[in-house]
Amino acid sequence: MQPIQANDVQNALDQFIGKELYLHLETTNGAYANHNNESVLTVNAYIRNGKVTPLSGKIMGTGPFRVGLKIELGWIYAEGLTHWEIDSEGRLLLAGHDQEGRLAVALQLSTSPFDV
Amino acid sequence: MNDHLLVIFPHPDDEAFGVSGTIAQHTKKGSPVTYICLTLGQMGRNMGNPPFATRESLPLIRQKELENACAAVGIKDLRQFGLRDKTIEFEDEQLLADQFLTVIDEVKPATIITFYPGYSVHPDHEATGRAVVRAVKGMAESDRPELLCVAFARNSEEDLGAPHIVTDVSDVFEDKMNCIKAHRSQTQWLVNSVEKDPAMLEWVQKERFWRYPL
Repeated sequence: MQPIQANDVQNALDQFIGKELYLHLETTNGAYANHNNESVLTVNAYIRNGKVTPLSGKIMGTGPFRVGLKIELGWIYAEGLTHWEIDSEGRLLLAGHDQEGRLAVALQLSTSPFDV
Repeated sequence: MNDHLLVIFPHPDDEAFGVSGTIAQHTKKGSPVTYICLTLGQMGRNMGNPPFATRESLPLIRQKELENACAAVGIKDLRQFGLRDKTIEFEDEQLLADQFLTVIDEVKPATIITFYPGYSVHPDHEATGRAVVRAVKGMAESDRPELLCVAFARNSEEDLGAPHIVTDVSDVFEDKMNCIKAHRSQTQWLVNSVEKDPAMLEWVQKERFWRYPL
């Protein structure tokens, strides 16, 4: 992945607007968050292969970045994004990594289902 | 005498920290080891530092790391169950126990090592340990292998007492470190801390097990 340049990501996002897509959306502070620090709540959530059709989408901020996608009945939102790539299968992968390189948030769009 | 060791864990690298020295000692004696690894750790958050994996490339990277880690400690029989990281507790526990029993019937282990239910922190660890206990409890008492568990919850020693078995693995330290290092996307922090912190070095050279009361 590479550090996000907002213009490049916006151009990539634009290619996915109006299409029926598969969404991977995730946030995590690690399975051991509470084990490592009892004052911290272990919080992890993901959706894999949510079927969505974004009506519009924007990347905002000066880094780390936010992405919001408008869908027919609501929104898809992620904050803390730092890196991105279009992978070898043409999927848009956005991720936020902390200072140790650990993934904390991911928002990914694909025209075909993600592997499960 | 049958001295087959069966190791059952949910994630690639679960074997590395607490058991790979014991495994290496076992294979060096020429004794067989079977490792059932349930998932590919697809949802791990460590991507390397700096990150070289993505959420989508991680499973393939971790599969290769797992194969290298097995080679480092002489495991020739790796069984990958193809389940998904973070989902073990939502699977049918009896079905999973039955799958374990099929392997147990086949390799007839003298000893099984897994996580201690209630004392292994990660939900996948807990669910794996529970299913292994269920499998072994389903066997006739005379057929049951010894069941050794890894526990690392904060209250492990408080509740369970001191580990029943503490194995010094300093004689296979290099193999153990090679196993840990093979999981490169996950373990750089640990390798660094073993190199810098004498307490961590000491921790890695001992492996601790509790006998599960069946």
